[in-house]
Amino acid sequence: MIAVALAVAWRLVYKAFTLPSFLLPALLFPMIFFLGFAGALGRVAEVPGFRYGPGYEAFQFAFVLLQSAAMAGVFTGFNIAHDFERGFARRLLIAAPRRSGIVAGYVLATMARWAVNITIVFVVAMLVGMSIHGGPVDMFGLLVLGFTLNVVGALWAAGVAMRLRSAQAGPVMQLPIFLLIFLAPVFVPLDLLQGWIHAVATVNPFTHLLAAARSLLAGGTSDVALAFAIVVPLALVFAVWALTGLRRAEAAGG
Amino acid sequence: MSVAAQIGHLGSRAFLRSLRQPGALFFSLGFPLVFLAVVASGLDRASDLPGFPDDSFLDFMMVVPFVHGSLFTAINSAVELGRDIETGFLNRLALTPARGIALMLGNLAGAVALALVQFSIYFAGAAVAGAEFEAGLLGVPVLFALAAMIAVAFGAVGMAIALRTGSSDGVQGMFPLFFVTLFLSSMNMPRDLVEADWFRWVATVNPVSYLIEGLRSLAISGWDPQALALGFGFAVTVIAASVTVATLAFRDRLTRT
Amino acid sequence: MVEKADGARRNDIAVHGLAKQFRKGPRAVDGIDLYVAPGEIYGFLGPNGAGKSTTVHMLTTLLPPSAGTARVGGHDVAREGPRVRTIIGAALQEAALDPFLSGRNHLRLQGALHRLSRSERKRRGDELLERVGLTHAADRRVQTYSGGMKRRLDLALALVHHPAILFLDEPTTGLDPQSRNALWVEVARLAREEGVTIFLTTQYLEEADVLADRVGIIDRGRIVAEGTPAELKAEIGRPTLQVIPADPEERGRIADVLDRFGEPVAGAPGSLAIRLNRDADLTDVVRALDTEGVRVEHLELDAPSLDDVFLAKTGHRLEGQEAPEPVAG
Repeated sequence: MIAVALAVAWRLVYKAFTLPSFLLPALLFPMIFFLGFAGALGRVAEVPGFRYGPGYEAFQFAFVLLQSAAMAGVFTGFNIAHDFERGFARRLLIAAPRRSGIVAGYVLATMARWAVNITIVFVVAMLVGMSIHGGPVDMFGLLVLGFTLNVVGALWAAGVAMRLRSAQAGPVMQLPIFLLIFLAPVFVPLDLLQGWIHAVATVNPFTHLLAAARSLLAGGTSDVALAFAIVVPLALVFAVWALTGLRRAEAAGG
Repeated sequence: MSVAAQIGHLGSRAFLRSLRQPGALFFSLGFPLVFLAVVASGLDRASDLPGFPDDSFLDFMMVVPFVHGSLFTAINSAVELGRDIETGFLNRLALTPARGIALMLGNLAGAVALALVQFSIYFAGAAVAGAEFEAGLLGVPVLFALAAMIAVAFGAVGMAIALRTGSSDGVQGMFPLFFVTLFLSSMNMPRDLVEADWFRWVATVNPVSYLIEGLRSLAISGWDPQALALGFGFAVTVIAASVTVATLAFRDRLTRT
Repeated sequence: MVEKADGARRNDIAVHGLAKQFRKGPRAVDGIDLYVAPGEIYGFLGPNGAGKSTTVHMLTTLLPPSAGTARVGGHDVAREGPRVRTIIGAALQEAALDPFLSGRNHLRLQGALHRLSRSERKRRGDELLERVGLTHAADRRVQTYSGGMKRRLDLALALVHHPAILFLDEPTTGLDPQSRNALWVEVARLAREEGVTIFLTTQYLEEADVLADRVGIIDRGRIVAEGTPAELKAEIGRPTLQVIPADPEERGRIADVLDRFGEPVAGAPGSLAIRLNRDADLTDVVRALDTEGVRVEHLELDAPSLDDVFLAKTGHRLEGQEAPEPVAG
């Protein structure tokens, strides 16, 4: 199974680094969001009641880190749907002795790609003057949180892609993630939101992930335990979702 | 048959084809409205910042969907042109007596027609959400005209890319770059309220800022001759440049005698 | 339609020294001469990459020639593109259709661009849909059509404006035998009944054999043979003789006999085959086998095919050949 996973992952990672059109969109969006939001909206930190020690760059970096972690899975989902449309997935199904390795491979590839992307965005964030108040342990926690969400996103998208097996899967996997990450305190802390967005963000689990990530960057621990209590069970649930998706794909003959 | 009639026929084909792809249509209608809702409500408190030009962030943002819609429609139209080149459909059209200019502008005309329909929906959406439009009723056609010119400008850039690369993937690969020009502009914040020097500089040299500010002036200050002159001026300049590039690309692509 | 001074329809194709040199690449078409008479079906036969499509693109004005001249319906393709386009119809490789439009939408658009009046567009569209058997699917989107239906629509679109000359670039590639036959029948009818001149490229020997009045064989940008299929076969083709020994033990002795009458070629499994020498006769072979005292279970004489012609002219076989050459379209 590990051999299958590594083979599947290697293929996607190889593609990502040899075909720029394959890697760029997944990198450009977090970059655009970070530069666009952190660059344009710095003065928002001056809004009365806005209190966040490390500054607006770090405030937005937390968002971009989680946004890109979740969305990276969608890009893998596109690849999976594409593989099924072109019949390549059938070849994988035939060749793989333990087919769950295929899912693991797609997840590994997602993690590898995200790791590269977020490193690049991090370097750019430091260049434009982001300051971090958290220590090494906080940063490690932030990375683990990011990777776990990354796995959740990949498993969710894989499950959808293997059920629909066509490009139609794109919007189906993208839209819920998109809504979850944007119907949250993206630009200002939760208590500065008003009206319907405040009501929605309050019940949105992604709000807690954002709060945890921002807290870790600031050297705090608030919401961190809650965030992990959300993403770890989600990873398990979506693992089942992805594996049953694989069974459906198998039943349909690829 | 006149060139205008040929453009009409090719434009209606492009329009019809777009209507028959509800997925793409849904995205170019839905995303701008969702973005407006999320940003306008999420950044509502930013209108409290000293020097912010309006007391409502929704008013400030209400023209942004017009720019997004223009961009998406233009990209979709360029993707379709790339597909026409891939499938040989463009060659089929080239074998008819249709004039070259009609072949070039037909696609664009369909895109603009679709964009105008979308603009009406964005405007209605913003109005329902409670946005105020300072320029009043007379300002609406001006808003639509400038936004349509933006669609033509983006459309011609997309067309040039489609003609150069000859593929729909080529256009789709460029899509994020279009997005960069939007996000690194004064789309989300007035330029004089941007703190980061590098961003203010980029937004100031980015023509998209002036296109948005021209549209925005109608919503938040009514009739601002300077903002409108800059908006229309940049629109005309970008159109002139992009249509020239597209025409050259068209000549290279279509070598018919 | 173009009328000559004497009133006859001017729909021939005359090509002299036509060449195309792509910027980065070899000479895709390397100085060809050909003439297609009015109402004739001309089969342009060659492997992938031989220069067939490039030739068609030049003759249909899509690509300017690098050298030479070509007159289509009396008009120079390089200088009178718009006039050429009014008299030709073309169905180019891979039915170029819009998946989101219906068959009827396509015909209306094509008719409009060919300046048919609104009522004429409708009448001609309906008539062509009927003729290619797509009336039942006229309002369905093309994305639901089968390969054969797409090719038929493609043909109908090429005919909207009553062209005098029709270019068909590999019209049956990828079609099932039934669809292929139906298309052949329609193409033959157009030439015989309506006097349309047809320039058809193909990589299928059978298609050229069945359909074409005359065949030009193109290989690596040059025409290597031209004539009616029968002439070509008679000119260079030699029959193949296949022999199956009654006793496999006698294979070697039979081979020795056959060697005297021609060079060995690949035959069916278990058989021995030779291409007969020009002066060899079947009766001589039978007599020699008899004298040798070997017994034969099966003996078969195969007439030469266009593939044999191709082999003789180019030194390689047509089927399965792919010349590594960039071609437009």
